[in-house]
Amino acid sequence: MHLAVTDLACARGGLPVLTGVSFRLEAGQALILRGPNGVGKTTLLRTLAGLQPAMAGEVDFPADEGAYASHADGVKLTLSVTENLAFWAAVHGRQLDDAALAAFDLTGLRDRMAGTLSAGQKRRLGLARLAVIGRKVLFLDEPTVSLDRAAVGLFADFLRDQHLAQGGIAVIATHIDLGLEAPELDLTPYRAAPDAAGGSDEAFL
Amino acid sequence: MIALLIRDLRLAIRAGGGFGLGLAFFLIVIVLVPFGVGPERAVLTRIAPGMLWVAALLAALLSLDRIFALDHEDGSLALLATAPLPLEGVVLVKAAAHWLTTGLPLTLAAPVLGILLNLSPEATPWLLASLGLGTPALSMIGAFGAALTVGLRRGGLLLSLLVLPLYVPTLIFGAEAVRRGAEGLTALPSLALVGGVTAGCFALLPFAAAAALRVNLR
Repeated sequence: MHLAVTDLACARGGLPVLTGVSFRLEAGQALILRGPNGVGKTTLLRTLAGLQPAMAGEVDFPADEGAYASHADGVKLTLSVTENLAFWAAVHGRQLDDAALAAFDLTGLRDRMAGTLSAGQKRRLGLARLAVIGRKVLFLDEPTVSLDRAAVGLFADFLRDQHLAQGGIAVIATHIDLGLEAPELDLTPYRAAPDAAGGSDEAFL
Repeated sequence: MIALLIRDLRLAIRAGGGFGLGLAFFLIVIVLVPFGVGPERAVLTRIAPGMLWVAALLAALLSLDRIFALDHEDGSLALLATAPLPLEGVVLVKAAAHWLTTGLPLTLAAPVLGILLNLSPEATPWLLASLGLGTPALSMIGAFGAALTVGLRRGGLLLSLLVLPLYVPTLIFGAEAVRRGAEGLTALPSLALVGGVTAGCFALLPFAAAAALRVNLR
């Protein structure tokens, strides 16, 4: 189990934003992405997760092990907490276990409609999805938005004790300190030059 | 895939799910037609097959933009794209769910509403058969159009414009089958053409729609 990124270049809206990103993570390791707004953290994560093609370079991790999570966490407001999680578990061919609910302190909310949850509770529900789908390589885009300190602690505990301890890998874009002992990667030096060739269709505009 | 189908059906019947919107529209149009056209029975009988088909088509069109737009807004679509389901399968399930919540109720309601338009009794089985065969194509073509326009705000207008020309063959042959059935002519050839269009749609459009989704997710 490893995640190897070699000389990756990615674009947003046809314009190159990052070039030459390389790193390698082994099982049980995490990487924190840093950088100012707009540097390309989300674009990098979406490229890693396979949601958009890379302009150049390679991303290598075991097929069908990647999972992506962003601020839009796919929670359906008219389904209950359990129904939401059971759906994502079933899509990934797994059963919903109560441990996932407990890990994100959702046990007491299990029969509530997701539409009646607060923003933080909804966010916890979105993150609990990561616990039920059983993917080993997580690409997390600002996972702690709208979480209070206790919930951030729950999430960090989940990442450290359940995900990474069992040989998982995580790449996390965040601005706060999660309390994980993980190396940080500042993306600023990889910022693509505005006139970098390829990807832009300006010539046709 | 079954989990996705069950979720979509559940979402459709919960509050704000839009189930019944198409059916209500269909009912309203068919009820209003005799008021607009006048109570002459011969005229109503003559226009009944076409009116029923046009109304069913427009009713199916109403809920098309919801097929992918809602999942795109809340991020589910990106998550589904990274799930082990093939996107082609997702498209098929979405089209199936749309048909089960729109096309199937329309088909079942059509014979009853046919009475309002003085549709001849001989035509009723053909109406059921042609709508039953044709409405899946409407859902599948609609899913393709919805996949093309998923990233757009207020993409509904563009969606209708894209989808309507593709609906025309199904409409022509579907209404033709009912008309021929009503006149006691053999309606099987028209019905076979409706079935052919539907089969062709299901063979090709899941791939086209999945490709469109991949582009729109970038």
